[in-house]
Amino acid sequence: MIPLSSQKEVPPEFRQRTQVLFAIVGVALAFLVCRLFFLQVVDGERYTYLSENNRIRLKRIPGTRGMIFDRNGQLLVDSRPSFDLLFVPEDAPEREKTLGELARFLGRDVNEFLDLLEENKGRPPFEEIVLGRDVDWRTVVAVESHQLELPGVTLRTRPRRSYLMNSMAAHLLGYLGEIGPRQLKLQKVKGYSMGDEIGQFGLERTWEEFLRGRSGGQQVEVDALGRRVRTLHEVADAPGYNVSLTLDWELQEIAAQAFQGKEGAVVALEVDTGAILAMISTPAFDPNTFARGITGDEWRALTRDRLHPLNNRSIQGQYPPGSTFKLILAIAALEEGAIHPDTQLSCKGSMMFGNRAFRDWKKEGHGAVNLRKGLVQSCDVYFYQIGQRLGVDRIAHYSRALGLGEKTGIALEDEKGGLVPDSQWKQRRYGQPWFPGETPSLAIGQGYLTVTPLQMANLYAAFANGGTVYRPWFVRKVESLDGTVIREYGPEKIRSLPLKQSTLDLVREALADAVNSGEGTGGAAKSQLIRIAGKTGTAQVVEMKGQIVKSEQLAYLIRDHAWFIAFAPADKPEIAVAVLVEHGGHGGAAAAPIAKKIIEKYAAGRTSPPPSVEQLVGAPGGTRAD
Amino acid sequence: MLIDRRLASHFDWTILAVSVAVAALGILTIYSANYSVTEHRSGALAWKQIYWFLLGIVVMLSALTFDYHHIDRFAYPVYGAVLASLLLVLVIGSVGGGSQRWLNLGFFTLQPSEVAKPALVVALAKFFQYDEPLDGYRLRDLSVPFLLIAPLALLTLVQPDLGTAVILVLVFISVVLMGGLRIRSFLYLVATGLALLPIAWHFLKSYQRDRILTFLNPDLDPLGAGYHIIQSKIAVGSGRFLGKGFLNGTQNRLDFLPAQHTDFAFAVFAEEWGFLGCVILLGLYFALMVVALRVVARAKDRLGAILAFGMLSIFFWQVGINTAMVTGMMPVVGIPLPLLSYGGSSMVSMMVGVGLLINVSMRRFTF
Repeated sequence: MIPLSSQKEVPPEFRQRTQVLFAIVGVALAFLVCRLFFLQVVDGERYTYLSENNRIRLKRIPGTRGMIFDRNGQLLVDSRPSFDLLFVPEDAPEREKTLGELARFLGRDVNEFLDLLEENKGRPPFEEIVLGRDVDWRTVVAVESHQLELPGVTLRTRPRRSYLMNSMAAHLLGYLGEIGPRQLKLQKVKGYSMGDEIGQFGLERTWEEFLRGRSGGQQVEVDALGRRVRTLHEVADAPGYNVSLTLDWELQEIAAQAFQGKEGAVVALEVDTGAILAMISTPAFDPNTFARGITGDEWRALTRDRLHPLNNRSIQGQYPPGSTFKLILAIAALEEGAIHPDTQLSCKGSMMFGNRAFRDWKKEGHGAVNLRKGLVQSCDVYFYQIGQRLGVDRIAHYSRALGLGEKTGIALEDEKGGLVPDSQWKQRRYGQPWFPGETPSLAIGQGYLTVTPLQMANLYAAFANGGTVYRPWFVRKVESLDGTVIREYGPEKIRSLPLKQSTLDLVREALADAVNSGEGTGGAAKSQLIRIAGKTGTAQVVEMKGQIVKSEQLAYLIRDHAWFIAFAPADKPEIAVAVLVEHGGHGGAAAAPIAKKIIEKYAAGRTSPPPSVEQLVGAPGGTRAD
Repeated sequence: MLIDRRLASHFDWTILAVSVAVAALGILTIYSANYSVTEHRSGALAWKQIYWFLLGIVVMLSALTFDYHHIDRFAYPVYGAVLASLLLVLVIGSVGGGSQRWLNLGFFTLQPSEVAKPALVVALAKFFQYDEPLDGYRLRDLSVPFLLIAPLALLTLVQPDLGTAVILVLVFISVVLMGGLRIRSFLYLVATGLALLPIAWHFLKSYQRDRILTFLNPDLDPLGAGYHIIQSKIAVGSGRFLGKGFLNGTQNRLDFLPAQHTDFAFAVFAEEWGFLGCVILLGLYFALMVVALRVVARAKDRLGAILAFGMLSIFFWQVGINTAMVTGMMPVVGIPLPLLSYGGSSMVSMMVGVGLLINVSMRRFTF
């Protein structure tokens, strides 16, 4: 059956060759075993670590940020649950296809997503890209139900900040933003990580430490597509502390409404404590825009707006105080005995000083004017003369003693201090002495002098309480969720200027008459509910140098700023209000009615007093959190 | 045809036992590779592999029952059939994973390039069965072998199936060397091969170039082309000495491994059974090769020796390259681990090899 003839014997070389082959096979396998030994035994630990790292991802669960309440327990800022749409490109084998599908399910343009992908090229591997923040319910449902077709696409629940007053208290409350690379470097020790939100402005920024919750975390086992397989370990997150303010929602609201369509600022505070009752600055922005993730265009629109909506005019706007400054002159003159209150000076509508005529706002003049009439009718000529009697340095001294020329120290970032000029300053700044001819301007609150609305409110409050300057404050209490008080704040005296009772009585009455007598400049603030005392002011906007304005805007932009600063009740003051309407014209007409509205609202609320700050007076000196 | 008693007494049980052991480990590995806690995958692939193995046993038996000397007669017809099927693949083959490799036969999806390996060995054995020239073959004497390898290698290369083409060429070179190539001619061959490298590079697909580049530097693109190498090394290394245990390989279970039941089955195995398991598996392969070498050394004639050697070289190169690739010592090329990786065609052609080895082994005493 087997044909033998044709078969050839195995040559002897074959045996030799098989020996060589045996050696080759042996060496090759030995080599492989060595390789495996190095991988599995020598480096095994390292690869075990890598394999753990591969499959275990840490998911951060940001702690819910604390809520913010007004003085009556009214919720101002809340954190509600929301969903972010995330994408981990490494988890999607075909990125474009996945994003295309996603765009189709959501009815969006795929290019938006691809642009985001491109923008985030430099991020570390497996770091999520946020495709959408606070996405709507439809998106949540679409993504959830198409999980299999969308590898790498996930949803993340996240508490979303919600500002119930919208833009009404924007500058005080501030806003949140994603932590920036530089901030991250500085704050890393405090447990922040990429993608976290952090207070960027206002109260949200200054009270960040208390408001922020402690992030929790989950160790999640994922498969190669990034899909969660199971949770291995979990650390619970902790909510942040709640913050109660001295702010009154109703006053804030009425001030904001009164300011609709106008630019300017309002500060209302408690005379006896310095607690802020209302603080607005317009135009404002809506902090909710930041909460959902501000777009580049929105941000550019905000920063490029000529009216600077991001500026908090109440603490950053520096304006000449105009006639509201006459309060300082009246106080200084009486305290220094520079003039007897009944001494009458003559006003003929202007006063010559050297070869320059200083005019009164009233062309025909006020006639014989004493201190009371000077304040009530805001006679400029009277105060020119008072100013000369006092001299620049004494005016500066009283201004500073009542808090002008330096930051009030309110716990907000970037407060401005304004400027109180004196002879030393003039020398330093311009290398020139103070010329007596510059004093009349100063005396009516013009010239080099600038103040912020907050300083003016605080100044009038200090006068109203008899000379004590408090640091303005707005956070009353920091509490944990279960009600444990973490921090409590109260009034903090900065300085005091003991004023004679006669000075107080006289000037208070004069300011009350300015509103109530019928002959005063502040008649528009006269109220049937409460006796208001106040002073109007008109800050000239003549120095528009260097600004190029379109002709149709000129009329508006060179119009004077209107001031009205008031306190009430006139005889036993509780509230002080400073109103500044930019380009509002005359203070009596534009600003006084706004102050009146706020004070009347305050008076109406006063009849049923809330658990008030009064109890906190004398509480251990407030410490600022920052 | 019946196997007479004398033949049966020479049946090489070692080869069969080792093959069955490797195949059994393979089935376990495939079960694990295909297993998932969360998704309700069944052991479908493991069951299929069992069928392929049973089919392989049948094929093996038919490859050992006939006297291998008759192979001379149907070497070329078989070769012709394989060549035809490779051509057919190009025309009507089904596409999978970016290349066109399979022929759908209804009950079986045949991968002709796998079958080409034993067919090539058989055809080469037919040529080399005669005594070699005294001072060995010169290249010009080898026109027939070159004519045999060239179409096979080219046709698999264009599918594209670089892995199989590489194996075919390596097997060819091995057999030609064993058959008695002059050393000088061998050096010519190597020199020409090196000279052709840049041209070959030009013909490689871009993903193949990527694989070679990332092998040279895996950190070049750790999440792209380098991903497979890195994940595979992590799987093997994290198995450590005793392994993570059956079904507990996280790299495998969580789908970090590519082609985990085919080309990277060894990574799954190494992750779950550790260094110890790997030594045992490699020991089995080593045993198979040593036994095969013994068959070569003791073969009654050149035909048997070359046949056995050819089959041995298929095993050797595939085991070597696959494990080297999985452990990150070679670029990623699609080469299955013999008898262990999932795949019907691979299983069947490896079992043909096993059958022929036994065939040659048991007929060494017959005259």
